[in-house]
Amino acid sequence: MRNIIAFPLLLLAVILQSSVVSEIRLLSGYADLPFLLIAAWALQERVESAWHWGAIACLVVGFVTSLPWPVLTAGYLSVIFMARILQRRVWQAPLLAMFSVVFLGTLFFHLLSFVTLSVLGTPFNFSDVLGLITLPSLLLNMLFSIPIYTLMRDLSYWVYPSEEFE
Amino acid sequence: MNSRSLQTTIIFLVIGGILALAFGGFFGSASRQFNSVLVEVQTWISTRFLGFQDFVTAPRDIVSLRQRNAELEAQVSQLQAQVIELQQRVNETDILAALVDFSRSNPESTYKAASVIGRDPSPFLHYIIINRGSNDDIRRGMPVVTNQGLVGRIDAVIADAARVQLITDPASSINVYLQNADTSATLFGSVTGDVSLDMISQNVVVESGDLILTSGLGGGFPADLIIGQVVTVRTLEFELFQQATVQPAVDFSRLEIVLVITNFRPVDISPLEPVSTPSP
Repeated sequence: MRNIIAFPLLLLAVILQSSVVSEIRLLSGYADLPFLLIAAWALQERVESAWHWGAIACLVVGFVTSLPWPVLTAGYLSVIFMARILQRRVWQAPLLAMFSVVFLGTLFFHLLSFVTLSVLGTPFNFSDVLGLITLPSLLLNMLFSIPIYTLMRDLSYWVYPSEEFE
Repeated sequence: MNSRSLQTTIIFLVIGGILALAFGGFFGSASRQFNSVLVEVQTWISTRFLGFQDFVTAPRDIVSLRQRNAELEAQVSQLQAQVIELQQRVNETDILAALVDFSRSNPESTYKAASVIGRDPSPFLHYIIINRGSNDDIRRGMPVVTNQGLVGRIDAVIADAARVQLITDPASSINVYLQNADTSATLFGSVTGDVSLDMISQNVVVESGDLILTSGLGGGFPADLIIGQVVTVRTLEFELFQQATVQPAVDFSRLEIVLVITNFRPVDISPLEPVSTPSP
């Protein structure tokens, strides 16, 4: 039942993303709070509801953004997939896993957005996108990933108490 | 009066007289020495008394001072919050006053004011979210302006909010008119938020500072909405058209309140566009 916290938390994350985080720009890029939340959540060992959280994130973000739904769905679910694989293999160094997921996930998500929007007719210059959006966003995502990982780890202890987990 | 009280009275008068003369300086050095001893004694007693008084009352004063300090600090923070709130209200009032002036000077359109409450979560897109929706008769395609000029158009609407595609969005293209050069062109947004002009005929002379307005062609926007000014022009002989960079009239990084033109309905000209038919 405690998993219901996903709804208010992701709603709050999208509100913060839309009103605050999107104003904290580095060149033309900014961090992606819902992306970081679900990546950090999927990396927690005891978490079993990562895919559900991903679906809710797609739903909530898709409601606000103008990005096509398939981009969001493929982007967020791929991040969860990556996180679950890395969580099993790099379980002794969770922060390293978080950095890896954020790094690969951001690049993949931006590549997906770039390709899809270009196919749909939006003219993009690849070097502009890389230098002004992707790399600054990547740096900001990496910076935000440490506090968000800590927050989500504590939340996972609350949602999945140790007795229940064992 | 008996002899005893008379004696007492005389003694008092004599001593009083001596003291008066001494204070008056009539006894010379003896008087000064007496005065200085008196002052020293007075000083010593006063100092000790004040020290004792401090010792007795200081703890109570510190407590009351701390309380008073806390009260004053709370009052200061309250007043600071009030100052910030009032500054925000003044800013809002200034913006609203400018928007009212704008709507009065353009009475042909009907406006609905809306606050900007967010931006698109994706850095690839330049959209804003406003706090007016279909409940306020906002419809898709309506132009959005400020007193400075064109902001964009409504892209999606829900009951109490709407999403606006800015003219800086990379997917945005608008037919415009260059007032001084008396020619048409197309305005494009970009991923960096800069806007540029393309499709300017090679036969016209475009100069820096030329005013750019919406042309109304295509039916997407009403005519004569201010967009900005030409900054630089790029003319290459081997290209079909000239290009120019544009300084938008609106500061898109500080959008707070916008006006939606509610009496404009965009015209969908897609059925009239020629369709290529396969040759037999």
